[in-house]
Amino acid sequence: MKPENNEKELLIGFAASDRKAVEKIYSDNFNMVQSLIINNNGSADDARDIFQETMIVLFEKLRAGGFELNCLIKTFVYSVARRLWLKRLQQQNRYSSPGDSMADVVQVEEDLEAHEQRNAEFDMMERAINNLGEPCKSLLEAYYLQKQNMQVIAAKFGYTNADNAKNQKYKCLMRLKKIFFTDYKNGKSDE
Amino acid sequence: MNDNKILDAVERYIRGEMKPDERLQFENLRKTNSEIDELVVEHTLFLQQLNHFGERRSLRHTLNEIHVDLTESGKIDSMKLKGKAKVVYIWNRYKRVTAIAASIAGITAITISALLWSIAGKSPKNGDFEILSDQIRKLENRSNKTETELKNVKTTITRSQNTYTAGGTGFVIDVKGYLVTNAHVVASASNIAVQNNRGDYVATVVYIDRAKDIAILKIVDENFKPYTSIPYAISKNSGQLAENIFTLGYPRNEIVYGQGYLSAKTGYNGDTLSCQIDIAANHGNSGSPILNKNGEVIGILNGRQANTVGFAFAIHGKNIFSALEDLKKDSSYQKVKLNTRSSISGMDRTEQVKRVQDYIYMVKVN
Repeated sequence: MKPENNEKELLIGFAASDRKAVEKIYSDNFNMVQSLIINNNGSADDARDIFQETMIVLFEKLRAGGFELNCLIKTFVYSVARRLWLKRLQQQNRYSSPGDSMADVVQVEEDLEAHEQRNAEFDMMERAINNLGEPCKSLLEAYYLQKQNMQVIAAKFGYTNADNAKNQKYKCLMRLKKIFFTDYKNGKSDE
Repeated sequence: MNDNKILDAVERYIRGEMKPDERLQFENLRKTNSEIDELVVEHTLFLQQLNHFGERRSLRHTLNEIHVDLTESGKIDSMKLKGKAKVVYIWNRYKRVTAIAASIAGITAITISALLWSIAGKSPKNGDFEILSDQIRKLENRSNKTETELKNVKTTITRSQNTYTAGGTGFVIDVKGYLVTNAHVVASASNIAVQNNRGDYVATVVYIDRAKDIAILKIVDENFKPYTSIPYAISKNSGQLAENIFTLGYPRNEIVYGQGYLSAKTGYNGDTLSCQIDIAANHGNSGSPILNKNGEVIGILNGRQANTVGFAFAIHGKNIFSALEDLKKDSSYQKVKLNTRSSISGMDRTEQVKRVQDYIYMVKVN
């Protein structure tokens, strides 16, 4: 198999959350990012954080942009991790400029901007869901995130039938939407 | 169709679960009914957001699992920093400290040996006298040099200690330079300075009560000139629900005005020492005075639980009185007096702020 095809397959697998693909990308790239961070004043925990955030950036890019990368995975991961780490150093006023051992760094500004937007949205949804309280939280998570069907949910949460569970789910959903959109619209108007 | 059924239909439509004829029917409904159309747009966005959320959360979970797996199977070298990585890491982290320690150790060693040599050199043997006195002169020069070098090191060290970071806000309660702020602002400070348009002064903590989160500071700077009077009063009154209030503080490098209202008579978790106010605040506002329209301080803003939603908590003004009672048990603070008559009552807000702002300080700590 040609290396290019190999990369492409890996990316498709990653976008589909195929565990083998995620593992492969993880083990191929982690050590590189870790040494970048440790050589620039970071700890092992920082390396793990930054690397995992980088993986999320890659994942979201693939999901949004049709599974295509116009450079090697390694180059993209290095460029994103490097930017993320620089940013964190600046936030902590511990600026140091990493000596570039790998000269090929690609432009990732746009990807990071999109990532920050998603970060904000993720936080909003997380806050909204946590504000919901039980049983709403688990009920909605079971239906919308774990994609369980209503019969299973009704049995699990002790509703007499699927319709009752549906009614309850509807009420919870309305509350979640209300909380989320209040925050969401505020966030937009602040910009 | 009730709302429940409508939303159900919208969801099935978005997910593409409708049969062709049902879908056609729904699309027609969507064209004629703008409410349904809006609902589809809004719900599509919402489901997308919810999906992103779920995906990212499960990805995070997977990544953590993989990290542990790969570390255990030795495919990545993480967690335990070993060998070279650890040395590099520690060296990078403590580079500066090591350099300073090494230079101090070096200078000390030179000074001690110079001293020993010069003392030993004071009892010369006859023949070697000239050579020895020459050596002593040289050594004296050297020890002078090390002394000045040591002085340099000392001044750079004390200078670097004086880099303060902004911690919160404080306001004057007595003309001789007593200020009130939150205990948590100054609790871990080794040095404190306060600053506003009037100047930049060194201050010390004379009283601290962590439970009530109140601290009293005194400006101890010789450049400080006492005030002649204080425009606002400190009030024992804890304020009325919905009463309009305003505050001045230093959430950033600039004094910032904020206004709001008293929204609950008790504070965080029903705390009766404080009240809840609706006002934009963040951590730098900690210790700002909360004034009512008469120019009476009814509380101290406590930024510790401040959040972005727009409400914050304030410690009741009467706690300042009890803090001062405690302080006065020490005889050297007998003369500290709170002003209980506001001289800015009835003025308009811009005038009040103008008179008050010189009495509000940024509290800086290190």
